[in-house]
Amino acid sequence: MLKGRRRNFEDMIIINTISIILILTGLLFFFGSVVGVLRFPDFYTRMHAAGKGDTLSSLLVIMGFAVYHLGQIHWMDFVWADLLVVIKLLAICAFIMLTSPTATHALMDAGYEDGIEPLTHKKGNALREPKVKGRG
Amino acid sequence: MGHSGKEAAEMNAFFVWAGIALLLMMVPVFYRMNIGPTAIDRIVAVNVIGTKTAVLLVFIGTIFPGGRIEMFVDFALAYGLLNFIGSLAAARFFHRSKALGGEIDVEGEAEEF
Repeated sequence: MLKGRRRNFEDMIIINTISIILILTGLLFFFGSVVGVLRFPDFYTRMHAAGKGDTLSSLLVIMGFAVYHLGQIHWMDFVWADLLVVIKLLAICAFIMLTSPTATHALMDAGYEDGIEPLTHKKGNALREPKVKGRG
Repeated sequence: MGHSGKEAAEMNAFFVWAGIALLLMMVPVFYRMNIGPTAIDRIVAVNVIGTKTAVLLVFIGTIFPGGRIEMFVDFALAYGLLNFIGSLAAARFFHRSKALGGEIDVEGEAEEF
């Protein structure tokens, strides 16, 4: 891999910039997710922050890495192992996109079936009688 | 994937600092995992940390000397799979069970609404 010819310098700059932008956006969304998990008032809103923020930011960061490793491929002496890394990163993307909302939904359903009270404006629960307070 | 040059070193430094930032973002989630009022809050926090760890493995594989990204991508895939299975197992365990360990209802807290 080392003896392959270097790619065009401007191409590398563009690809690395796209990768950096994607990763920084992903880190920003991770930060939003963390702040939401830490500060939101009840269980369902925390779940909302965790599910959405984690899914999108993982997708963005791993997409950024896919772009970066696509830029690292030396097309002059091409080996399939280099491209396989990019394909696996995209597979992680697809996998997270499928599984993270599923896990979030399953956990939310478990919490609702256990009777965790949603935060509402009204006094008491608008949906059903609470058994557990989900605040804190 | 040794791409020697100045911009490769800069990219490596960027990846190191972004990984450190990602690692520091796990600390508040650990706090939520400790104080989480219900058990499922803690499971959500563990799920968030697991997703972050899978992403962090890709960071580590990219900055790993010697270019072993293939190995770490496999780790990340397996870690994401285990994370998903663990979350589903926990959700099934707490589904319609009385085992919710979150009955931490401090006096007066319920009266705020």
